[in-house]
Amino acid sequence: MRKILSLALGLAAGAALAGAGALPASAAEKLKAAWVYVGPVGDFGYSYQHDQGRKAVEKAFGDKVETTFVENVQEGPDAERVIEQLARAGNKLIFTTSFGFMEPTLKVAKRFPNVHFEHATGYKRAANVATYNAKFHEGRYILGQIAAKMSKAGTVGYIASFPIPEVISGIDSFMLGAQSVKPDMKVKIVWVNSWFDPAKEADAAKALIDQGADIIAQHTDSPAAMQAAEQRGVKAFGQSSDMIQFGPKAQLTAIVDDWAPYYVQRVQEQLDGKWSSTDTWDGLKEGVVHMADYTNMPDDVKRMAEETEAAIKSGALHPFKGPVYKQDGTLMVKEGEVMSDKDILSLNWYVKGIDDKVPGQ
Amino acid sequence: MPLKLERQENVPLAGLVAAPFVALAVTLVVGTVMFAVMGRDPVEAFRIYFVDPLSDAYTLQELVVKAGPLLLIGIGLAFCYRANRWNIGAEGQYVAGALAGSWLALATHGTEAGPWVLPAMLVLGALGGAAYGLIPALLRVRFGASEILTSLMLVYVAQLGLDYLVRGPWRDPAGFNFPQSVSFDAVATMPLLLGEGRLHAGIVIGLIAVAAATFVLGRTLVGFSIELGGSAPRAAAFAGFHEKRVTYGVFAVSGALAGLAGIIEVAGPIGNLQPSISPGYGFTAIIAAMLGRLHPVGILVASLVLALTYIGGEAAQISLRMPFDVTRVFQGTLLFAILAADVLVRYRIRRVEGTRHA
Repeated sequence: MRKILSLALGLAAGAALAGAGALPASAAEKLKAAWVYVGPVGDFGYSYQHDQGRKAVEKAFGDKVETTFVENVQEGPDAERVIEQLARAGNKLIFTTSFGFMEPTLKVAKRFPNVHFEHATGYKRAANVATYNAKFHEGRYILGQIAAKMSKAGTVGYIASFPIPEVISGIDSFMLGAQSVKPDMKVKIVWVNSWFDPAKEADAAKALIDQGADIIAQHTDSPAAMQAAEQRGVKAFGQSSDMIQFGPKAQLTAIVDDWAPYYVQRVQEQLDGKWSSTDTWDGLKEGVVHMADYTNMPDDVKRMAEETEAAIKSGALHPFKGPVYKQDGTLMVKEGEVMSDKDILSLNWYVKGIDDKVPGQ
Repeated sequence: MPLKLERQENVPLAGLVAAPFVALAVTLVVGTVMFAVMGRDPVEAFRIYFVDPLSDAYTLQELVVKAGPLLLIGIGLAFCYRANRWNIGAEGQYVAGALAGSWLALATHGTEAGPWVLPAMLVLGALGGAAYGLIPALLRVRFGASEILTSLMLVYVAQLGLDYLVRGPWRDPAGFNFPQSVSFDAVATMPLLLGEGRLHAGIVIGLIAVAAATFVLGRTLVGFSIELGGSAPRAAAFAGFHEKRVTYGVFAVSGALAGLAGIIEVAGPIGNLQPSISPGYGFTAIIAAMLGRLHPVGILVASLVLALTYIGGEAAQISLRMPFDVTRVFQGTLLFAILAADVLVRYRIRRVEGTRHA
């Protein structure tokens, strides 16, 4: 009797959550979902935010879902074993959250056609492998505008991780935003060749400040640069997480990754038997990217930032709207057009006004 | 009260046999306390750590795959360490070998090249690793530079070289600028031994290395000259053994085996070149060499034990939701207990009286 009752309750709850009212295939059976992280969950940056998303799934679905995670997984052969073990342990939905897990995910997916995989920030898909990413560059356009308004020196320091399209498009978007306010804005870029290396990140921040930058932007995962900026009395932008606790006087705002809505949606689709291999690339509008509070800036700058944020959300403003020129002056996006998603995802050149060279080119 | 470790002349065989078991018992006691404090069932934890990985065909294969590079590198290191040459840079030689072998895989990519590619890659990998290992040997012989420092620092040079190549000249042109090479062709990939799983031919090479090294180190004049050069350099010189030749020799062997491990790993489980191709195998192999008491068969066992602690640790994270750091602490406890038991069997602790300095 109790079993039937709980089954009915489960069905009802599932149907209610599904909205459309489709009956879930296995409401009484627990769904096992797993996450694979490249860093420690305590990095206060990238992996931490993914884990917040996992916790949101636990909260939203209660005992209908059982979640597992493995942290500090090396990109390479170890990743394949971890992913395979998760699949063998009965997980039906597995999120692999770093670019380097792409090939291992695909290899394991081939052996487990009945398990669904989701790979973050990659570009290869399969029938049971979906990809998801966030339009971080939308937030970076706003950062560029704020930097141009706030910088007295006219020079911003940018700590970059790896010269992959996600990072290059971030730099371009940042500079397009800055140039929209102050056409002769300058940027100095330091590549630290790591996502997470607090010592290197702090060194890079100090070197940039010594070279005259009075705003620090970063595309690396730790709060070390924020702390360095706080110590030296300059302003900075947080990355992945709201880093205000590390720079109460320094942080202007931060680009926060919020994977919770996506994870909750995908788990729901899995429960409903409606999961399919998709390529999701959401941004400010969908809430996957959101801005931390605008702090340590005058009201007019704050208003400008809020207006830009609203314009990007409504679609009135696109960071890569034409005309966009390459460094050498070639017109890449015509007036009145916007760059296609595909082009942004494979972007490997700097826009005009950046006095630097993309490494390896 | 000062204490002193004194080497025992006649180590009882029973002690040697019992030491690992005592170590395991100590680890179990410490682990029980640790897991209980964490709120996990200790019995369950030990089952997941030590029993499950050994009772499943898939994880058994993974165990061997993980132990493979440790075994090859560890055997090479035994040559160095027996000769009292401290090669800390196996990680760099591993990368150098992987680069040398991968060059051929990339050069023949998309061509009609036949089955000679893989063997040639293995040879190139061994040669690349050996050449890279000879640099610290040369610096030591010629300039008296400490091989500990030079070999270690060359690790970073090799890693940055790999980094440069996969981001620059060797990057997959169709890979959206992402830092990795194209996937190797079938003729440039290690053949799998079983239909299912990842067990590849690399372990066969590893076992051949065990046999060959056991023979060379234990039964030949070369092995004797290495041993003697390490423990009694003056006696070795009187016996007519060339110190320089031994230095070059052990570094070349050590580098070649590390380079071989590198190219096997890249042509095997990884399948292409990436910015990171080793989770620190070159350093972990130092532990394997020491745990195995610099004997090839001992290193084989030690590599498997180390691989077990990694795989068990991952399983504990997955099934028990144990944090990564706890699994590493547990691994450390086990290694510490094994080494401590070993020392206590071979040495006696003596109280030294009357030697206190003012």
